[in-house]
Amino acid sequence: MTFDPAAIAAQTVIEGRNLPRLETWSRPYWEATGRGELLLQHCAHCGAWQFYPRPLCTTCGEVPEWEVASGRGAVHTFTVIRQNRSAPFKELGPYVVAMIDLAEGPRMMTNLVGCEVDDVEIGMPVQVHFVAADDEIALPFWRPVTSDA
Amino acid sequence: MADRTPVIVGVGLSDYPKEPELDNVAHHGLAIRRALDDSGVKLTDIDGLMCFGSYGVDDAPTMAETFGIKYRVLDGTFAGGTVFEFFAHHAAAAIRTGQADTVLISYGSALLSSQGRNLGTQMFTSAARQAGPLQYEVPWGNPLVGSYAMAAKRHMHEYGTTSEQLAQIAVDTRDNASHNPKALYQSPITVEDVLNSRMIADPLHMLDCCVISDGGGAVIMTTAERAADLPSIPIYVAGSATAQTHWNIAQMPDFTSTAAAISGPAAFAEAGITHADVDTLQLYDSFTITTLLLLEGLGFCAKGEGGPFVGRGGVLRFDGELPTNTDGGGLSSCHPGMRGIFLLIESVRQLRGLAGEVQVPDCEVAVACGSGGFLSAMGTVVLTKEAP
Ligand SMILES: [Zn+2]
Repeated sequence: MTFDPAAIAAQTVIEGRNLPRLETWSRPYWEATGRGELLLQHCAHCGAWQFYPRPLCTTCGEVPEWEVASGRGAVHTFTVIRQNRSAPFKELGPYVVAMIDLAEGPRMMTNLVGCEVDDVEIGMPVQVHFVAADDEIALPFWRPVTSDA
Repeated sequence: MADRTPVIVGVGLSDYPKEPELDNVAHHGLAIRRALDDSGVKLTDIDGLMCFGSYGVDDAPTMAETFGIKYRVLDGTFAGGTVFEFFAHHAAAAIRTGQADTVLISYGSALLSSQGRNLGTQMFTSAARQAGPLQYEVPWGNPLVGSYAMAAKRHMHEYGTTSEQLAQIAVDTRDNASHNPKALYQSPITVEDVLNSRMIADPLHMLDCCVISDGGGAVIMTTAERAADLPSIPIYVAGSATAQTHWNIAQMPDFTSTAAAISGPAAFAEAGITHADVDTLQLYDSFTITTLLLLEGLGFCAKGEGGPFVGRGGVLRFDGELPTNTDGGGLSSCHPGMRGIFLLIESVRQLRGLAGEVQVPDCEVAVACGSGGFLSAMGTVVLTKEAP
């Protein structure tokens, strides 16, 4: 799997995508994306990691803490979307929606970019790739791990 | 002591698959009137109403007003397309405890006529800023079909399931639909037809996806004691259960396991049945992978064995080893957005022996298992011809 940086620009068009509303528990997460950090919640009580962020640990009910994640993971499963009638996706051409198993344990949906859609495989190592969405936040796309990283 | 065993005494279908002159409430009205006629129950006897819809149009309290139902029990639970199995579960409990004597479960949808065929291939949301957990999903452009495609992809990866095996589910279901003159699609298809249909979201082709139609249905449930005085053939609700593993697809704990593995055994245990007792299955078939995961979840084959199980061909036909979705299912007949009520109605039709060309011989036990959301919520209902 080779990383193809030239493919990324067309695959990460932001305009037209629905962006998140920054709420009590999502604000810290999204504000961190603007700094290039991927935050997860970690429970000091039971040791569980969780994503998405929420008020209580879903494993034990205690209040979790924020931790900066490694930004590394592997593809758990994926699909190539070939038909989506909604903008901007209807103009993207085939694109990859993937579930990423984060190194810390939780799973996250993303668009896998920086490679041909037909080269994606379950288990392939990937890393987070932030693309600014507005002045405040970035979207965590993921891409193949580069050989020098 | 009055016998408060819950019994379905009436079912009614609205018109389908495409009825441009009917709106949601009109579908409800047709289905309710037909269920009342089928049961011999009077509208004024109904003291429980369970339905789900849009606020101010066809939500539960608006529907109670619209149809003049003086309820003691009202339920507008949302659990996606399986909510009607949830309603049956709740209605059975209300009837057993005496909170209600006669419950109406109703559904009506003009999805095809009002919105076209875009449900699976467009984004649900249009708000500029998405609130709640979906805010972590909507930026990625994952339409409904994509969630099921990712489950299918993972199943293939873990168990070697093939597109041909999934396609066989569509083929068998279409064979059943070929005997239903109201089914949206009735012409038999082959595995090659499915594989040659347009790829929507790898590995799901167009013919791996359910149809979009209009339609509606109503079910009337009461006590066995009251059923004895009614003219229709009563069908017993012998067991029911509900469960949820997640709601949004990104939170699905295991992309090859569903809550059917929880609600199924619980409903079977309550009914005191085993797999060998089941004469027909009515499974939510939003996509071919949904049928496969429900077969595995309910334990009709081992986890991971669903591909070879259905891949033999003809297993799911009305005259096959495990007659499933004998009306042609969502894959070929009728899917107005939430299919769960049709699973109950087709089960009743089979158990009453009124299923015509697709009648399963000596049909005494039927299982309806729905899937709501994104393989998220699963309700299972065991229906029997004889008292449990
Ligand atoms: Zn904890």
